[in-house]
Amino acid sequence: MAANIPTNAQAQGGIGVSVPHTEHDEHLHHDEHHEQSFISKYVFSTDHKVIAKQFLITGIFWAILGGTLSSLFRLQLGWPESTLEWLTPVLGKWVEAGKLNPEFYLALVTMHGTIMVFFVLTAGLSGTFSNFLIPLQIGARDMASGFMNMLSYWFFFVSSVIMFSSLFIETGPASAGWTIYPPLSALPQAISGSGAGMTLWLVSMALFIVSQLLGGVNYITTIINLRTRGMSMSKLPLTIWSFFLTAVLGLLAFPVLFSAALLLIFDRSFGTSFFLSDIYIAGQALPNTGGSPILFQHLFWFLGHPEVYIVIMPAMGMVSEIMATNARKPIFGYRAMIGSLLGISLLSFVVWAHHMFVTGMNPFLGSVFMFLTLIIAVPSAVKTFNWLATLWRGNIRFTTGMLFSIGFVSLFISGGLTGIVLGNAALDIQMHNTYFVVAHFHLVMGSSAFFGLFAGVYHWFPKMFGRMMDEKLGYIHFWLTFLGVYLVFLPMHYVGIAGFPRRYYSWTGFDTFSQFADLNKFISVAAILAFFAQFVFIFNFFYSIFRGRRATENPWQSNTLEWTTPIVPGHGNWPGAIPAVYRWPYDYSKPGAETDFIPQNVPFSQTQSSNMPYEREMAD
Amino acid sequence: MTALGILLVLVLLLVVFGLLFRLQILTSIFSGSSNREIGTSNRVNAILFLVFLVVGGAAFAWSFADSFEAMNPPIASVHGHALERMFWTTMVILGIAFVLTQVLLFVYSYKYQYREGRRAFFFAHNNKIEIIWTLIPAVVMAALVFAGWKEWTRITGPAPKDSVVIEVMGKQFGWLARYPGRDQKLGVVNYRLIDASNDFGLDLSDQSSLDDITFSSGDLHIPKGHPIMFKIRSRDVLHAVYMPHFRVQMYAVPGMPTKFWFTPTLTTEEMRAKTGNPDFNYEMACNQICGKGHFAMKMRVIVEEPEDYIAWLSQQKSFSSQNPEILANLKQKARNQKTVGAALPAAGPAATAAVQTATPASL
Repeated sequence: MAANIPTNAQAQGGIGVSVPHTEHDEHLHHDEHHEQSFISKYVFSTDHKVIAKQFLITGIFWAILGGTLSSLFRLQLGWPESTLEWLTPVLGKWVEAGKLNPEFYLALVTMHGTIMVFFVLTAGLSGTFSNFLIPLQIGARDMASGFMNMLSYWFFFVSSVIMFSSLFIETGPASAGWTIYPPLSALPQAISGSGAGMTLWLVSMALFIVSQLLGGVNYITTIINLRTRGMSMSKLPLTIWSFFLTAVLGLLAFPVLFSAALLLIFDRSFGTSFFLSDIYIAGQALPNTGGSPILFQHLFWFLGHPEVYIVIMPAMGMVSEIMATNARKPIFGYRAMIGSLLGISLLSFVVWAHHMFVTGMNPFLGSVFMFLTLIIAVPSAVKTFNWLATLWRGNIRFTTGMLFSIGFVSLFISGGLTGIVLGNAALDIQMHNTYFVVAHFHLVMGSSAFFGLFAGVYHWFPKMFGRMMDEKLGYIHFWLTFLGVYLVFLPMHYVGIAGFPRRYYSWTGFDTFSQFADLNKFISVAAILAFFAQFVFIFNFFYSIFRGRRATENPWQSNTLEWTTPIVPGHGNWPGAIPAVYRWPYDYSKPGAETDFIPQNVPFSQTQSSNMPYEREMAD
Repeated sequence: MTALGILLVLVLLLVVFGLLFRLQILTSIFSGSSNREIGTSNRVNAILFLVFLVVGGAAFAWSFADSFEAMNPPIASVHGHALERMFWTTMVILGIAFVLTQVLLFVYSYKYQYREGRRAFFFAHNNKIEIIWTLIPAVVMAALVFAGWKEWTRITGPAPKDSVVIEVMGKQFGWLARYPGRDQKLGVVNYRLIDASNDFGLDLSDQSSLDDITFSSGDLHIPKGHPIMFKIRSRDVLHAVYMPHFRVQMYAVPGMPTKFWFTPTLTTEEMRAKTGNPDFNYEMACNQICGKGHFAMKMRVIVEEPEDYIAWLSQQKSFSSQNPEILANLKQKARNQKTVGAALPAAGPAATAAVQTATPASL
């Protein structure tokens, strides 16, 4: 059916940029058969699908590493008194007389945060799915600039190599927390990780930001310019809307982090005083005066807060898509979903200082940011209700992707609600920097985003590799992870309400923080088990790439365009013409239709029996 | 040897898992369930969601009740009680939303699981309900914001004029405290004057610094029932004054003094009686990552009856009287520079005398 539709001019224009000599789509078809060397096909590829897989597999590597680091510090927190001598072969000098070095503990939490937030949930999640789905779902041959897209991955790769190498240097990796607040991060005298480790961190992040900007410009350009015929903005799948807004956020926010990093580099290396003032350290008064550490926090969180939405919005988009497909129902409130994404995107730029209520910032500012912060709960609530309404009277198929999507909503609710406590400046006086915060953001942006990532991988795996992941292993993976996440993070709230501070190597020195030794042990056990459960996924993923059951063209009976491509789409995605789009992507279980789904590329003229009154005129 | 044994067991376990996995695939192929689109596993997952809701919900409720006391350390400040009420009120509202949405999520998942021949209800949007469920959270949020804002402005508002002013300073890794002495004025400090003997960088050429009492270690004494104003500084990296019992938290920022005021309501003794723990002590922790010793940066806080506090304070000697050589050096320097002793009246003895009766008039 798709082949009959005339090629669309827009899409052709797009190819002109990335693939030369494609006057006719026929040529493109032949292109696939040209011999491509291994290097240009799998390494320095300009194909968005290959780049997506590169992001995904690099992200998986980072996720394993980030999870390992968390298991290490959970060992310390669960059993502060016992020996870790057996880790000496791995950690070397960081274990002294059976005890983890406290500075290395801080390095572990710092690198865990950095890796998970930036390298896994930003690059791994949005890098994978923005790349993979944008051209496929809007009906484009590739990204607007395949070359820039390739650069985006390789900047990320170099950034990864640098960050990874910082784990092995003499003075240890960055250890001032993932938020790298100066003066701690600026002064090697203050902590050894602020020496070469911090320099590598800053260089790596600078390259990472370049990668994000190259990617973001591409995503936005592609979505605006390369949509296939008929694919108006109001017919875009919610995935694309979420990737689009995520890219806009990244483009506006990341440069501010870049400037913060740059100024910090100046303070560290060239004697400036942007963030330093009145410091006496290691027996010496420093010459710096007039700088403000709080200025850094403003710059950092101006990225840092949109960043959490950069992490969660792609997951929201994918969950909406997967949920509608598997509930066999239109997503409830499509426009409200877009509206709430827009609302979240806008508001995410004016709430950053809620991370700074007790920094000594003017209390009036605190009031303003409390007000703005609690407003952002409204669009988030709307999204949640819409997901629930999507399930209502559906006909739900529990594919693994669907399980993770339902899990996502559950975690998003649990973690999101406590944000209302933390957004309240008065309550934040007690809760700031306690484990309540840790539990909150691990549920709402950490675990939820991971669940979105898993949902996406299980759902689009057939399109990525032409094979299915094993469902049974998927179920095991889901239930272990879902249970594990709750067992870790629900009790963590109790510890937080009691006021336990985060980034503590041990609480045994305080009477005030002594009552939860058992609970901390429990959390550690649950965390480590949940981490090991992830290997079920890793096995399933790599096994299925090679040995999984072969996929059919549209295994989930979904409406979006990517399922109109061949089982394994070549470079250029559609062998023939790009299908045109006639309807929104959520015509599931439409009354009067023969099947319970009508793909976007089916014209209304072929579905007379199911057309709504307002659609009838479009059928002619 | 044991390591080898463990490794062997692990490898064997992996092999077993691998075989089970293979077997599972083969049986599903032979039974034909791999070709069926929706098998029994759909039903199993639906039931598991319900089980998760019931069992998980019960376990959550039990563990919450079980830990409730431990997660509520006693409160000992006026605003602390107000915050505590607001916290649990908010939590109840959130709890209702939590239970409602989670129950709907899992019950819908169970109830609307796939059934052959049934068709989902085509229900794309409904403006009325969408407006309703946008407005309800908006109204609830507005109420919470208002309550929070009122409390926040009261807590961060100006301290009463008769507050007891104490300076708290963070350094790697410990808390230091300074009392203003009889003149009730904290003297000028300069971080360039900090050295081994002068932890605060106290500038003794300033009159009001002469009677300042400093503590580089030990306990922090404060009177009960009186507004206490902490003036907070850091001399190296960021720290945060954190006293969970008083619901007090404020960053210590190098180069930017901050403040926080509160009124303690129970003395240490009273709290010991109340908690039945004879070893109870209020503690001040650091709650902003500051380096290797972050987790051990602690100062004990002793809350006393006002008269005990006054008695204690009057025993304390000023920094200048404890470090006469600094003062002498300063005088020497002044004499050398011939800047006339006008700036430095015989301060030493005067300061000492002042502390003898170091009692803020307000007490």
